[in-house]
Amino acid sequence: MKKIAIAAGALLATTCVHAIAQEMPAPSREGGYGLGRAALPEEIAAWDIDIRPDGQGLPVGSGDVWTGEELYVTLCSSCHGDFGEAVGRWPMLSGGFGTLDAEDPVKTVGSYWPYISTVWDYVHRAMPYGAAQTLTDDEVYAITAYLLYLNNVVDDDFELSNETFAEVALTNEGGFFMDDRDDVEIPEFSQEPCMSDCAENIEITMRAAVLDVTPETEEETVEQAAVTEEDAPEAPAGPDPALVAAGETVFRACAACHEIGEGARNRVGPHLNGIHGNAVAVVEGFRYSPALREAGESGMVWDDETLAAYLADPRGFIRGNRMAFQGLRSDEDIVAVIAYMQSAGAE
Amino acid sequence: MSEDREFSSSRRRFLGGAAVATGALATGKLVHAQAASPDPLITELQPWQQYLGDGVDARPYGMPSQYEAHVVRRNVEWLTADTVSSVNFTPLHEMEGIITPNGLAFERHHSGIAEIDPGLHRLMINGLVDKPLVFTMEDLMRFPRENRTYFLECAANTGMEWRGAQLNGCQFTHGMIHNVVYTGVPLRLLLEEAGVKTSAAWVLPEGADASAMTRSIPLDKALDDCLVATHMNGERLRPEQGYPIRLVVPGWEGNMWVKWLRRIEVGDQPWHHREETSKYTDLLEDGNARRFTWVMDAKSVITNPSPQAPITHGPGPTVITGVAWSGRGTIPRVDVSLDGGMNWHVARMSGPSLDKSMHRFYYEFDWDGAPLLLQSRAHDSTGYVQPTKEMLRQLRGENSIYHNNGIQTWAIDETGRAENVEVG
Repeated sequence: MKKIAIAAGALLATTCVHAIAQEMPAPSREGGYGLGRAALPEEIAAWDIDIRPDGQGLPVGSGDVWTGEELYVTLCSSCHGDFGEAVGRWPMLSGGFGTLDAEDPVKTVGSYWPYISTVWDYVHRAMPYGAAQTLTDDEVYAITAYLLYLNNVVDDDFELSNETFAEVALTNEGGFFMDDRDDVEIPEFSQEPCMSDCAENIEITMRAAVLDVTPETEEETVEQAAVTEEDAPEAPAGPDPALVAAGETVFRACAACHEIGEGARNRVGPHLNGIHGNAVAVVEGFRYSPALREAGESGMVWDDETLAAYLADPRGFIRGNRMAFQGLRSDEDIVAVIAYMQSAGAE
Repeated sequence: MSEDREFSSSRRRFLGGAAVATGALATGKLVHAQAASPDPLITELQPWQQYLGDGVDARPYGMPSQYEAHVVRRNVEWLTADTVSSVNFTPLHEMEGIITPNGLAFERHHSGIAEIDPGLHRLMINGLVDKPLVFTMEDLMRFPRENRTYFLECAANTGMEWRGAQLNGCQFTHGMIHNVVYTGVPLRLLLEEAGVKTSAAWVLPEGADASAMTRSIPLDKALDDCLVATHMNGERLRPEQGYPIRLVVPGWEGNMWVKWLRRIEVGDQPWHHREETSKYTDLLEDGNARRFTWVMDAKSVITNPSPQAPITHGPGPTVITGVAWSGRGTIPRVDVSLDGGMNWHVARMSGPSLDKSMHRFYYEFDWDGAPLLLQSRAHDSTGYVQPTKEMLRQLRGENSIYHNNGIQTWAIDETGRAENVEVG
């Protein structure tokens, strides 16, 4: 009986192997399937934005350190810090030299990144965070130049361009090597392992509970939010729903830094619940710039007028504030987004 | 959550009688537990036995039972600055078999979830090709397609554990992985359609989201087994997994599986973009870094018991289970240790054993109620054996962040509580 079972098992195993072996790959067709259409030069130009270390892909253009600083302070510093030192857990962009073999390495553009092309490519394709691909080529050159300056790679009179690009190199270019696990690790990790009496003594050397960094499972914050909602009084007649809907789309530009609505919390910017009609710089737990605090202390209130002026030109309206936003260009967008904030942020 | 707690505590109360059976184990006789009084769940009529439930259209897209509401992906807030560029974790301790349900597959975004109407999405192939092409999603569905089950593991999975035990739960230590059946068009067919020039050696997939994710992939891999996937587990990709299309790069680190795929460029050199220089390079102790560490080494973890899923039944028959996978092949064998690696037992594999897919293992034993140090050790089809964390640290130091496939230890105390520990 046992023999039969083994034979049946062997048969089954063969059948399984067979079944897998019989699976045919999706077939190629000589000359292709004739599907898709030719990509037009304009389409390729619009999407082919990648840059290589040898400069392939770089557009004609230029930008200097000082222009870069101005742009950087406006667009990047709220997350990365004025000098690339980073705010909170956002990436640090400068410094860290000589730390790569230290206990706590600091990996920045200057200390770790191998190529300038990577900076140019990344800033251009993905930054500013929440407003990707809005920078002109010259602005990307300028911001890259400023990052090089912050990392002591160039002097303050440097202008980065498609022509000067090849003159500059980052210090850690030689700090990378091709994956060598096949040679260095695989032989060592492919030995027949010990199965019994493998050590003289085994004891616990470290416990996760000592650190206690595991997230709690309880959803207390959600429960709290639910209670607040139930207690909320009937909302008064709000702004025009169509305007609110249009404003919601505009608000996407804000949402990278600001939360609004149920459960909104402070992030890079303060949450915006109850902002409309309230004094400036009063959201609890948010560290405002001195400029905004002063505005609030002097009695400024966020109403249609002040919000519109601020959103049109944040830096011009309240000088020295840290909101990294260039402003909304269209009055329609401004009216809509104020209506949206009034509606979504109603308390 | 409170229902869950009630459920487990009543189960514990009910099983209190099991102590009788456990006592009998020592004598080798099997004695079942005795109930002191009839169970009202049996003797009394329950509401669901009496009243009508929802009709067929009440749940047009079915969701899990309300009693499973705690089975969700979770985030570790302190890890990242912001949820938009962050990661959450698959609840491995709540799962069985080898397939990750679509709603539980961990998420990793760099600029949030791109919500794309497939009618407005295009895939372009350009660079070193004879005919740069643009495909609509309808075009893609006219190519022959394949079904393959693959794991996708983030290179940073277990990355928080390099310096020692940090997080109490296999969801958090090992949950940056999912395993699903992909349906997709081989990338090879799309490249053949465009005609790859002889000087080509690399491809660059690029995403359509606001991070425009890019990675350099050798042409050989692209022509070998990469898929442009449209479906996962039989339905369209979820938005958070790259709807309408994502790249599948079997056995290689998850960051390369570009979501919301909009373009493949063919070139003769790698691009050295941000995600393959500043990130996803493995810094070693001497300050030099490995680049292009694509393959995911063999790895396993015991999912039950584990810190989020303690033993609640007391001594007696106990099931240990877990998952194992390798970027180099299948997992023919997993060993389990109850004593921190002193002695090992060959576990029982169960379920499909597929190339570069997750495997499920079990080890059943009678727990005597003494503390345990549970470990699992995967062997893959190339003969590679999962190393200890210490072996990895000796070769790599503690700062490489990525590719931590070391053996995990859970300490079980007398009450069945489990904790993430390191042993030596």
